[in-house]
Amino acid sequence: MDTIFYTYQEFYTHTKAIAYLLMVAALIGIACFWKFLSGKDDADQDRTL
Amino acid sequence: MSATTSRGSQTWFTPFNVITSAIIIVGLVITFLRFTKGLGAVTHLSHDNPWGLWISFDLLVGVALAAGGYVTSAAVYLFGLRKYHSAVRPAVLTGFLGYALVVFALHYDVGRPWRLPYPFIMQQGTTSLLFEVAACVALYLTVLFLEFVPAALEWLGLKRVRDLITRLTLALTILGVVLSTLHQSSLGALFLIAPSKLHPLWYSPYLPVYFFVSSIIAGLSMVIFESTLSHHYFADKMDQTHLDEKEGVTLGFGKAASLVLAGYFFIKLMGVAGGDNWRLLGTSYGLWFLVEMIGFIALPAFLYAVGVRNKDLPLIKWTALWTIIGIVLNRLTVGLIAFNWQLPPSRRYFPHWMEIAISIFIVTVGIVVFKFIVTRMPIFYEHPEYKDAH
Amino acid sequence: MSISRRKFLGWVGAAGVGTVVARSAHASGNKHFEGYPGSFGVLHDMTRCVGCRSCEAACNHVNSLPAPEQPFTDLSVLMQERRTTEKSFTVVNKYSVASRQTPLFRKIQCNHCLEPACASACFVKAFQKTSTGAVIYDPSVCVGCRYCMIACPFEIPAYEYNEALSPRVMKCTLCYPRISQGQLPGCVEACPMEALTFGKREDLIETARERIRQFPGRYVDHIYGETEMGGTSWLYLSGVPFSQVGMREDLGVTPAPELTFGALSVVPIVAGLWPVLLTGIYAISKRKEIIFQQELEAVKKAAQSRSKEEI
Ligand code: SF4
Ligand code: SF4
Ligand code: SF4
Repeated sequence: MDTIFYTYQEFYTHTKAIAYLLMVAALIGIACFWKFLSGKDDADQDRTL
Repeated sequence: MSATTSRGSQTWFTPFNVITSAIIIVGLVITFLRFTKGLGAVTHLSHDNPWGLWISFDLLVGVALAAGGYVTSAAVYLFGLRKYHSAVRPAVLTGFLGYALVVFALHYDVGRPWRLPYPFIMQQGTTSLLFEVAACVALYLTVLFLEFVPAALEWLGLKRVRDLITRLTLALTILGVVLSTLHQSSLGALFLIAPSKLHPLWYSPYLPVYFFVSSIIAGLSMVIFESTLSHHYFADKMDQTHLDEKEGVTLGFGKAASLVLAGYFFIKLMGVAGGDNWRLLGTSYGLWFLVEMIGFIALPAFLYAVGVRNKDLPLIKWTALWTIIGIVLNRLTVGLIAFNWQLPPSRRYFPHWMEIAISIFIVTVGIVVFKFIVTRMPIFYEHPEYKDAH
Repeated sequence: MSISRRKFLGWVGAAGVGTVVARSAHASGNKHFEGYPGSFGVLHDMTRCVGCRSCEAACNHVNSLPAPEQPFTDLSVLMQERRTTEKSFTVVNKYSVASRQTPLFRKIQCNHCLEPACASACFVKAFQKTSTGAVIYDPSVCVGCRYCMIACPFEIPAYEYNEALSPRVMKCTLCYPRISQGQLPGCVEACPMEALTFGKREDLIETARERIRQFPGRYVDHIYGETEMGGTSWLYLSGVPFSQVGMREDLGVTPAPELTFGALSVVPIVAGLWPVLLTGIYAISKRKEIIFQQELEAVKKAAQSRSKEEI
């Protein structure tokens, strides 16, 4: 980023905004990844149980 | 009480109905004043004391006491404590109503309530802890709504939608715990910006951790306390599973609360050590701090332990009530008593009677809605068509 | 170095406010922030102030605030300590100090912090530190949560509690509209004693140092606002310790955004790690349940086969 920040306040506003977006991505991403990770297990379990 | 009210018009004048109606009428009158004359007409808020009872009680206490929802659903769905399953629905319902009331109460407190969505739709003040609290409370209210809605759908007989939503249970529970961790702790972190205003015995960099840990204690104690009350008033609505599991819930949650209280005691002590505030313990604020530490943290931890060891259910129930009082006092202390402690008495805050009346009004609305729901929807019993389905 | 108001008007016209934000080399790294270079401030020299309240009157005038109950010429209001309100953005208080024969007067208004706590706290970014040095407020987005008032360590912002539908937070703007046009703030222009000096903050610090050096007996050796809460655009010189004129000396030098930095940094980590942790716990408890079921089946089968054998 080329933006020049003169105060902590501005800098944190900027970095925290990105952090909030990443948080949303993490929550959705981890949920999907867990589905992928345990997708085959679940299918197996359904057969065994 | 529930039995008499549902029986027809000649018994409408029960003490419960008369008192609640009176409170609601007074509440509506003050509401009118609030929105026509401004905050100044109904509160003792000042430039020095911008946050009063409505923030300390309705927001801080309200959110802490509504923690039962996430604590119970985490215990049952994540930690696999299936035997407490019957406690989930009442806890989720009270959690949902609690948060709905918190948001409702905020409409009285903020200057321009119709702008409450502004932090999300206009400009994001991302450095503010209040932004974080607002975002989490808004999302968590949605999560609690989705967790509660299957009960309503069973009542309405909408099977398809209900099945769709119950499939989300795991994701909702995890999201609920994440959001609760965040906003419960952030409510404490709100005060981190004001080290010069909050008394050093309560101001600590660990403030968010204290608020989070004490919310677990509040959640566990509230579930015990509510189940006692509900059992008293709504026993006719409860099915056998609920009644059978109730004792287990009380013992298990009592044990958990005791353990968490013990941990809470020590981390509070570490906060005093961290700020090197030992000598402040000798002041009048120090005395109040010790009352909280010994009377409302150490004592209930011990009483819970005795109650659990001896399977003494009444003792556990009374301890739950005592613990809840302790959490309420803690939140009021941080928000009101220890806040602005350095100001001269003439510039301190004491609530206006109308502020107290509105807080009572809001709690009353909550009780009326709770009663409406549990007397109609499958909360204390499993809907016959959905047995074992969840 | 001190800039009198007459001189100031001259050079501000020549230089233009726009150039104030010229980029300086040290501001470009995103590690350490020193505020807007060349931003303005005001130096209040309490040893020069006579408590005439001309500044209060001028402030009231330039901000079109409602007329006060007692006129500004009435000095009896100085008998009691006052604070800023929604109707007065600045007030002058009188302090009788034992070590001095004459009382001291202190002017209070928003200090226009370099790292404003109010801006850090506001969840709709209604407050903004501008490149002029002024911290300004935008009522068109304000929700009215009053968290900014909780946050301000100097107890400055006031609220229009008696406004039913459109209450605002009210505070000094450093006459942002005026200084953007090269005019002096109302109070500075009105002060008959030159107790208030407007200029670039860096220059004001030099001026203040110079005064302390020249008249060591007259001043305590501290410029209030140079480091307090990370520094403020208003600076103060006093003849007695600042705590004796009602100013807090225990605020520390940490800029407000740093106070909440730790708590805010934990947020994304919780959002990232908690789901992993909780899903893990769920998976473990679920697995235990499955194993328990399987063992139960096995025991049942064994019991069945045993009972068959017995027959
Ligand atoms: S003095 Fe208070 S209101 Fe003024 S900028 Fe600083 S924090 Fe904000
Ligand atoms: S009252 Fe207005 S300006 Fe102050 S923090 Fe709330 S939204 Fe921001
Ligand atoms: S106008 Fe100047 S001398 Fe008069 S009270 Fe204000 S700062 Fe003091």
